[in-house]
Amino acid sequence: MSVSEENRTKVLDRVRDALGAHAPDRWREVNVRHRLVTHPSGTIPARSLGNHEACLALFSGMLASQGANFARVHDPEGVVKAIAGYLTDLELPTELRISEEPVLVTLPWLLAPRLKQVYGAPSPSDKVGLSRAIVGAAETGTLFLVSGAGNPTSLNFLPETHIVLVDAGDVVGSYEAAWDRLRGLYGEGTLPRTVNWISGPSRTADIEQTIIRGAHGPKRLAVVILDG
Amino acid sequence: MTKDLTRDAPLVGLLVTCLVDLFRPAVGFAAIKLLEDAGARVEIPLSQTCCGQPAFNSGDRADAKAIARQVVDSFEGLDYVVAPSGSCAGMLKQHYPSLLADDPAYAERARALAAKSYELTRFLVEVLQLERVDARFAARVTYHDSCASLRETSSGGAARQLLASVHGIDLVELPDSEACCGFGGAFAVKYPDISSAIADAKLRNITATGASCVVSCDLGCLMQIAGKLSREGQKVQVRHIAELLADMIDAPPIGKERI
Amino acid sequence: MVALALDLKANAAKALADTELQRALLNVKRGFVTKRAEAKARLPEFDRLRDEARAIKLHTLSHLDLYLEYYERKVAESGGHVHYAPTAEDAREIILKLCRDAGAKLVTKGKSMVSEEIGLNVCLEGAGIEAVETDLGEYIAQMRHEAPSHLIAPIIHLNKETIAGDFRRAHAGLAPGRTLASAADLVAEARAVLRQKFLAADVGITGANLLIAETGTSVVVTNEGNADLTQSLPKMHIVIASIEKLVPTLEDSCTILRLLARSGTGQEITTYTTFSTGPRREGDADGPRDYHVVLLDNGRSEMLGGTFNDMLACIRCGACLNHCPVYATIGGHAYGSLYTGPMGAVLTPALVGIDHARDLPNASSLCGRCEDVCPVRIPLPSMLRAWRERDFARGNPTFLERTALKLWAYATKRPRLYHALSGATMKVLAALAGRSGRLKRLPFAGAWTQSRDLPAPQGKTFHQLYAKRTRG
Repeated sequence: MSVSEENRTKVLDRVRDALGAHAPDRWREVNVRHRLVTHPSGTIPARSLGNHEACLALFSGMLASQGANFARVHDPEGVVKAIAGYLTDLELPTELRISEEPVLVTLPWLLAPRLKQVYGAPSPSDKVGLSRAIVGAAETGTLFLVSGAGNPTSLNFLPETHIVLVDAGDVVGSYEAAWDRLRGLYGEGTLPRTVNWISGPSRTADIEQTIIRGAHGPKRLAVVILDG
Repeated sequence: MTKDLTRDAPLVGLLVTCLVDLFRPAVGFAAIKLLEDAGARVEIPLSQTCCGQPAFNSGDRADAKAIARQVVDSFEGLDYVVAPSGSCAGMLKQHYPSLLADDPAYAERARALAAKSYELTRFLVEVLQLERVDARFAARVTYHDSCASLRETSSGGAARQLLASVHGIDLVELPDSEACCGFGGAFAVKYPDISSAIADAKLRNITATGASCVVSCDLGCLMQIAGKLSREGQKVQVRHIAELLADMIDAPPIGKERI
Repeated sequence: MVALALDLKANAAKALADTELQRALLNVKRGFVTKRAEAKARLPEFDRLRDEARAIKLHTLSHLDLYLEYYERKVAESGGHVHYAPTAEDAREIILKLCRDAGAKLVTKGKSMVSEEIGLNVCLEGAGIEAVETDLGEYIAQMRHEAPSHLIAPIIHLNKETIAGDFRRAHAGLAPGRTLASAADLVAEARAVLRQKFLAADVGITGANLLIAETGTSVVVTNEGNADLTQSLPKMHIVIASIEKLVPTLEDSCTILRLLARSGTGQEITTYTTFSTGPRREGDADGPRDYHVVLLDNGRSEMLGGTFNDMLACIRCGACLNHCPVYATIGGHAYGSLYTGPMGAVLTPALVGIDHARDLPNASSLCGRCEDVCPVRIPLPSMLRAWRERDFARGNPTFLERTALKLWAYATKRPRLYHALSGATMKVLAALAGRSGRLKRLPFAGAWTQSRDLPAPQGKTFHQLYAKRTRG
């Protein structure tokens, strides 16, 4: 037996010893399989169970209270205008590293000629990043971003300013509802390499409990909700 | 105000508690008065000494069990056991059953005892249905929730209800009322520096209320608080809640001089 | 375990005299206690979720072998590798080998108590591999060669002036005249310095707040985003986690995540919660090519199914530390162990033996506030008592403690003797106090009277007075 197999046997044997679980026990196995297959939910907070409009209001309210900027627009043109306006108002750089999600690539960028769109792997010198959230959970203003072909995870963390587009139809009430959306897309019992829950800009309170933005991740998070 | 003590009146065994017995019997007599005025008959089993907490909390399970058996024996045949102490009542209610669970001669009796054990103020309000007391104490008073009366006997509501009914009282809430005073029994002398520092925090909160008197259900806490106040030369008076509720404030406040 | 001076009384005395520390500890009380209460008030389902979280953890623990095997299978399915480590030494060996095989010269680390438990950084440095903590608090603690003093706020005991001094010493290459006056200045400098490390690292090592069996996923929560840069930039991501971090499903992780930040800091949710499953996939734009999970036992299996089983339900939120009156006065370092506060007082003796950690469960007033706030309702005071029982049974208390207890118990079990002795003693004490009502000094009572007066007894005991009353 290799060292690693020995280690594995040692630990699992010790666990089984402690639980008195050496003999195969059908009921234990059924318990485990049942939970894994049916993945029952616990209590879902009432705040997550409102109608769609209530969810959107909760989503934006939570994000705002957690330090993110928020804009609600009604068409792709509005998205571009919101992004351009945000960067101009804060006098931020206008070069955007964009994740290669089709919905982002096909935005009417011509409407904002001062914005420069850059695709491909993020670079440490990128100042502004744009990604898309696959779903949003209203209960805590949480964006779900997933890794994939056009979605570098590092794009969510390297630039100082992170802008995230989410479709209003993709905003659900609870974490559980969001996971169900992902199960619909990726299947049961499987996830993309990375699922990032993002609920605000990077922060730390490690120094004298003073909250400072931009500890390592983005200093600014701006969320654009497309409701059209 | 003495109620008519009929034969149907509940028979209450008073668990005096070792601290009350040794340091401040006035609390015991105040408890008797409150119980009788509210319609109970009170008995004092004479073979009681202590509930056994010092042994229990020191890890001396054998002595804790022996003392617990003694208490079970002493309080046999009574309708209720009432203690002017959250920690002692809590010891009987929360810990005796598991302590004696493996003793066939005592397991069931310990469970029965636990079911009929109460801290004084909770008993007065919940079982004897006492709504108010006939006492007067015109001063600003703040109430310290002892950890046991808060977490083991849930007496906070009853204590506050009865205190609020005292004529002339100006009852103010203690900030961070859920914080420990640092007594913890033997902890106070095993780790005196830490115990004392915890008490400092409690004293700051007491001072912040502007109260001239602080009361609690537990004499251990009160001795810790009074001892600290006295060492710092503070005027705040310390009494057991039973003394106020029974209108028996002849004894000097805890740690204060006899006039 | 990282060895620290386990002399709680001496450490506590130092801590109590440290005005900087005392000021910092007030922040814990005002901040975390108030914020948790507010977060709880905003979530009406909070207490019900606690019951559910407890049930999830206990269910998982009682089926841990089966969940471990399932988890392992799912990790393998996603292209990752699980390594079991019975001891701290095994874990170090496994991680060292992985780093060596990857040709690692620089390792970035996300916050992981378990990695400190096994002494990982010292091991890596000894092998010529630079290991850099990236959580800001841990980075500063590492700079100072100190252990973190709080489970979730590692440098709560330091002020910004002290940290500025540390930065000037450690970041020697930067302009000496630069301003480091504010917390913002310090964070900006740390961001720039650590950015270079993130980008250059060969291996990223994180802990895991949770492991999810259903999907073979490791979960890390941060506010900074450091764990994300640690695990997504280098070519290898190693997760080091103890076996009890496992939960069955994504839904179960939701229940626990609703409680974790609220209990510890009062936030609704941490800024970042990251679910990592295996190495990068075909077509992924970035991510590590290798993903390894090291599952550490190191004493957990011994706790399973026994008196301290429920301690394994701990989700490392820090609420018990924040609400503990002892922690509030002496801070984390005084405990002399990696895990501090009430959870540390229960867990440490389980990991190192009660003989080496007896002060921890004994230095408690058993107030019970920890159990009140624990998101998974661990009966911490009962477990502290259970350690005291073991401590007592092993004869560890001092001769004085044991003798005092023995004498007291002897008398207490003999009512007539007890009443006679107590009557006599109280008479003496009352006489010594005279009219003053208190004793400032008393032989054998120095531990009490050093900082408090002892209120005098009334003079007669209740039993004496009651006997008189019923006779007369």
